This record gives sequence, C-alpha cells and structure tokens, in this order.
Amino acid sequence: MCDMMRNVARIPGEGLAKGLAVTLRHMVNKSVTQQYPEVQPELPPRSRGVIALVEENCTVCMLCARECPDWCIYIDSHKETLPAPEGGRPRARNVLDRFAIDFSLCMYCGICIEVCPFDALFWSPEFEYAEHDILDLLHEKERLGSWVETVPPPPAHEVGAEPPKEIAAAERPARPSTGKTAEARPRRTEPADRTPGPAAESAPPREAGAAGEERPRRMAARDVRAIRPPGALPKKPEPEGAPPEEAEPRKPEAPESGTGGEEPPKSAARPERPGPEERPRRMTSANIRAIRPPGALPKKPEPKEPEPEEPESAEPESRRPEAQRPENGRGDEPPERPGSPDSGDSTS
Amino acid sequence: MAEVLDLVLRLVLILAVFLVLPLIVGQTEHKVMAHMQSRLGPMYAGGFHGWAQLIADGVKFMQKEDVVPAAADRRIFSIAPAVALVPYLVVLAVIPIGPGLVGTDLNVGLFFVLAVMGVGVLGSIMAGWSSGNKFSVLGGMRSAAQLVSYELPLVLAASSVAMAAGTLSLPGIVEAWEWWWLPWQAIGLAVFFIAGLAELRRPPFDMPIAESEIIMGPMTEYTGIRFALFLLAEYAGIVVLSALTTVLFLGGWQGPLLPGPVWTLIKVFALAFVVIWVRVSYPRLREDQLQKLAWLGLVPLALLQLAITGVVKVALA
Ligand code: SF4
Ligand code: SF4
Repeated sequence: MCDMMRNVARIPGEGLAKGLAVTLRHMVNKSVTQQYPEVQPELPPRSRGVIALVEENCTVCMLCARECPDWCIYIDSHKETLPAPEGGRPRARNVLDRFAIDFSLCMYCGICIEVCPFDALFWSPEFEYAEHDILDLLHEKERLGSWVETVPPPPAHEVGAEPPKEIAAAERPARPSTGKTAEARPRRTEPADRTPGPAAESAPPREAGAAGEERPRRMAARDVRAIRPPGALPKKPEPEGAPPEEAEPRKPEAPESGTGGEEPPKSAARPERPGPEERPRRMTSANIRAIRPPGALPKKPEPKEPEPEEPESAEPESRRPEAQRPENGRGDEPPERPGSPDSGDSTS
Repeated sequence: MAEVLDLVLRLVLILAVFLVLPLIVGQTEHKVMAHMQSRLGPMYAGGFHGWAQLIADGVKFMQKEDVVPAAADRRIFSIAPAVALVPYLVVLAVIPIGPGLVGTDLNVGLFFVLAVMGVGVLGSIMAGWSSGNKFSVLGGMRSAAQLVSYELPLVLAASSVAMAAGTLSLPGIVEAWEWWWLPWQAIGLAVFFIAGLAELRRPPFDMPIAESEIIMGPMTEYTGIRFALFLLAEYAGIVVLSALTTVLFLGGWQGPLLPGPVWTLIKVFALAFVVIWVRVSYPRLREDQLQKLAWLGLVPLALLQLAITGVVKVALA
C-alpha cells in the first residue's frame, strides 16, 4: 500500500492538485448536456424510435404480424379482383384495410421490419409520441404512414466494408451461358417443393461449388418467387402447388429473359446469386436493385426483381404493388402450382 | 441625528449584502459545480441561464409545509435555524469592506468574529439533538466533534495574524498588511481556510451532513422555510469565511488600480470559488480522517506558523 501511495503521489499533494485540475478542465470545456426540448437530439440513422409504414408497399403478406413476438401488429385486409390486361386472367390483390401497431406492447425488437419482404416497414428516429393513456398508443396506418417522412436515408457503408450483394454480383465478369439456360429451366420446376426465400438466399454461396446443386436451388428460388406473388409466403406451398401452367410460360419466357413478362424477373433475381447462364440479364436487374437498396438489403431484392420486367406489361403506378399484383394472380391459381413440381420432375 | 442615520444606513447595507452575496454565491455554486461536472446547471428560472434559480427555490421552500416531528423538542427545534444563521449576519457587521466601510470597528474584532462563528455551529448541534431522530443526533454529534477539533487551528492561525499586525481590530489588521505577508503567513492562510471549511461543514468536511449515510444529518427533519434558512446559513458561512480570510490574510481592500471595496469583493468571490471548487473535486473525509487531519495536521502547522510569526516579528523589531 505504501509503495502504491508513493508511486501515485510522489510530491505531497500532487493527487489533490490533479483532482483540482480535472474539475477545472471540465469547467472550461464544453458541457455535454443536450437541451432536449429546445434542441432536438441528433439521433443516428438506425435509431429505433418508431415504426413507419409505407402503405403502398404492403402486400398484406402478414409476415410481420406473424413474426412479431408480442403480436402487437393488427392487419385487416380484403381481396380485390383486377380486370386482366390484354385478355389474361383477372388478378386478385390484397387491399390493406387496417394496419395498426400497439406501441404499448411493442418491444422495439425490429423483427417486423427485418422480416418485411416488401420494404413496407422502416425504423424512424422519431420518438415524441408519448400519450397520457396507454390505450392511445395503438397507432393506425395513417399515423404510421405519417412517420415515413422522418425515416432517414440509410447510413453509408463503412470504408472497406463488403459491397452489397447486388453490386458485387453486378460487377462480376459475365460468363457466356447459352447452354446452361436450358438446364436452368428444369431447376425452375423443381423448386416448388423447397421452401421459399431462405433457400434462395442460401443458394448463392453454393453457386461456386457444383453447378448441379445450384440449379435445384435456383429452381427452388424461382419457384419460391413464383409462389410468393400471392402474398404470404407460407400459404403458397401449402394450398397450391406450382401450377403446371406457370412452368410452361416460364420456359418460353426464360429464353427471352429480359423481355418476358413476370417470369423473367424471377430469373433476373436469381442471377445476382451465382447463376452463370443468365448473367447478362442479371447484370441489368442487379443494377436496378443496387439503386434501390436503401431499405433492407437481403429481402428487398427478391420482391423488386419482378419490377423491372413488369413495367412493360404492368401499369406505371407504383412498381412494387404492380409486381405484387401479378404474383397475387398466380397465387390465386393455386391448384396449378402443385402440378408444377411434378412437371419439373418430369422435365428433369 | 446624523449618527443615527449613519448607523441605520450601515445596518441596511449589511443586511442587503447579507441577503445578496449568499444568493450570488449559491447561484455560482450551482453553475460552477454543473460545469465542472460537464453539465449546464439551472437554465430556465429567470430566462437567462437560470439566474433566478435560488429565488425560485426560496419561493418553493416558503410554500412547503413546516413540519415539526412529534418527538422533537419543539422550541429548540424551531430556533435552531436562527441560531445557525444569525451569527453570520453579526459577523458581517464587523468585517471591513473598504477603508472606513465597516459596520462597527471593534477593538477586539478578531476574537468577536471567531467567538460568534463558533456559535453558528451550535445551531446544527441544537438541530441534531432536538429533532428526535437518530440520524440527526449522529450528525449533531459529528458537528460538535468537528467544532472542537477545528476551532483550535482556526483560532491559532488567526492569532498568528493578530500577532503580526499587533492588533485585534480587523480594519487595523488590513491597514497593517503588506504584500510580503503572503509568504510569511502562507501556512496560516492554508490552515485558517481549511479549518474554516471544516467549521462550515462544507465538503469534503461534510461528515455531519453526509447524506449518503445519515441522510442530511441535523437537517434531516427540517422542511420548508426552516430548511431554507439552514441552506442560507451555509452560503452565508461561505461568504463570511471568504471575507474573513480576505481580511486576515489577503489584505482586504488593498490592491492596485481598483477601488478598495471592489478588491475586497474580488478576493471574496475568488475564495468562494475555491470553496466550491474544492467541494466538487474531493470526496468526503471519513470521521477518523477528519479528526486526524485536525489534530495531526492543522494544529501542528498552526503552531509552526505561530512560531514563524513570532521569530520574524522579533527579528524585525
Ligand atoms: S418491433 Fe418487434 S415487438 Fe414491435 S411491432 Fe415489430 S416485431 Fe412486434
Ligand atoms: S408487406 Fe411487410 S408490412 Fe405488409 S404485411 Fe407483409 S411484412 Fe407486414
């Protein structure tokens, strides 16, 4: 102890003087107080203040409501049938009637935002929505929508960070893949059995390995996307198999790739991940995605894929909704889908 | 008639100083302490950097209920705040602010001041004893112990100055003061100031109050305006201690260029700042450390100062 004391304060009173110096320095320096009500705090872009809803993007897939650990998201919707363009089938789409989050239950885990595949939910740093009554914390979609404008742009990537998947894929050298496209078709048929989104995402890493392995996954991914259109992911596989019809149209479209209707977009999405054959298409699609990325990186690309191609066939209104609408149409067709896997097997 | 008017004027002035200076010191403490802790301190009351915070506090205290505990000794309990506060007012009456600017020039001003300041501590002992609360009693006992230990070095250091000046009159001491008294009486200055801090029960010598262990010590049971009086006594104590140190060791109104009273005020506020500064910087001393500091540190140092003063005085004569 004595040694310690001597080391710390060799000159008697040195420690006391140091203490005085510390407080004096703090007095001269700027204080750290934030005068909150007068001066708004500068919150980092990812602050979890409140959840903003972009209503147009919501397809009523119910993923958020289902994944919410507190079950504090309430969604009501009804189906609307749209007259089909150019003699096609009429398409059904989900229309959002009610979207409410009970912030007295919400624990700000962010799962709903992570899980939303259509970029409909965002974190906003806005935090001044306290109420006198806890019951008033149940906010409907109008209020949730009013927070959208407070959503900040996503922060830039750190220096030296890995580029987003989309950009990385776009920058890869394109390989000629004419022969492989044919192979790709069978894949599409197979995927119906496999699970949707996650499988597709996982597929990319595997690409480098065996092409054969990749193909099935890709197929799955394509199918998944085809499945997705209806709205909620889980529902697709259960009631509806991949319709044989879809498989058929895809084949023709796939060769066309960019020009084709809905299906080509699917292929475009896949390209980002490792498909060698379709790369040129992928490149274009990848770029588009690269532009969008602002929201959630991984999930967004998938829904967006349909967009580029669709605009031709679809209306100019809001890209995302349109993309979803065609999907929904497919979803309505459920009976056909179950057939698709079979067809895929037969093809393979 | 003129004499009466003169007396009334002086008393009114003293009362004004007594009411204003502690408030300024209190406000300074709020702001300085806040900035030393990287905070801003009061910012709202009065509009400009919370200048009216203490006035707002006073208004609040006056509105509060004045509670007297059932177990308390009512009469003692009631007069304790006054006993704590009034001595400082009386002391101010004999402290010279400028040449001729003094309430009354007592021949034995120094001993009068020291004696009356000791009475101030009695207020806290009375409060502790009469509250009927074990924490208050503990705090009162600690106050008493502190008074006994620190009164001695305080008086010894002050008497050293009296020896040097050859007078007990405060204005006389200031007039006799020369700049080289600063190094000559340096030890006395330190001893007097530290002992005075302890006498005021200011941190780091706030063992009697020690809110983390005995709540608020003698003030535990006080509410409303009586509690405010204790706080006022604390700030008035800072003013009195600073003024006394100025007069005894720093030459009072002596200084170049500026008029005398301004110099006095500058020195008083500089010392008050040091009081606050020390409070922010240091942790509270334990009771045994407190006693040790007084008996093993300050008393020998004060005696040493007395010896030095005596030797120099004899050598000069
Ligand atoms: S942040 Fe978490 S708790 Fe809140 S609504 Fe979203 S999923 Fe539910
Ligand atoms: S689109 Fe997003 S916000 Fe709408 S229901 Fe699905 S997960 Fe929820």
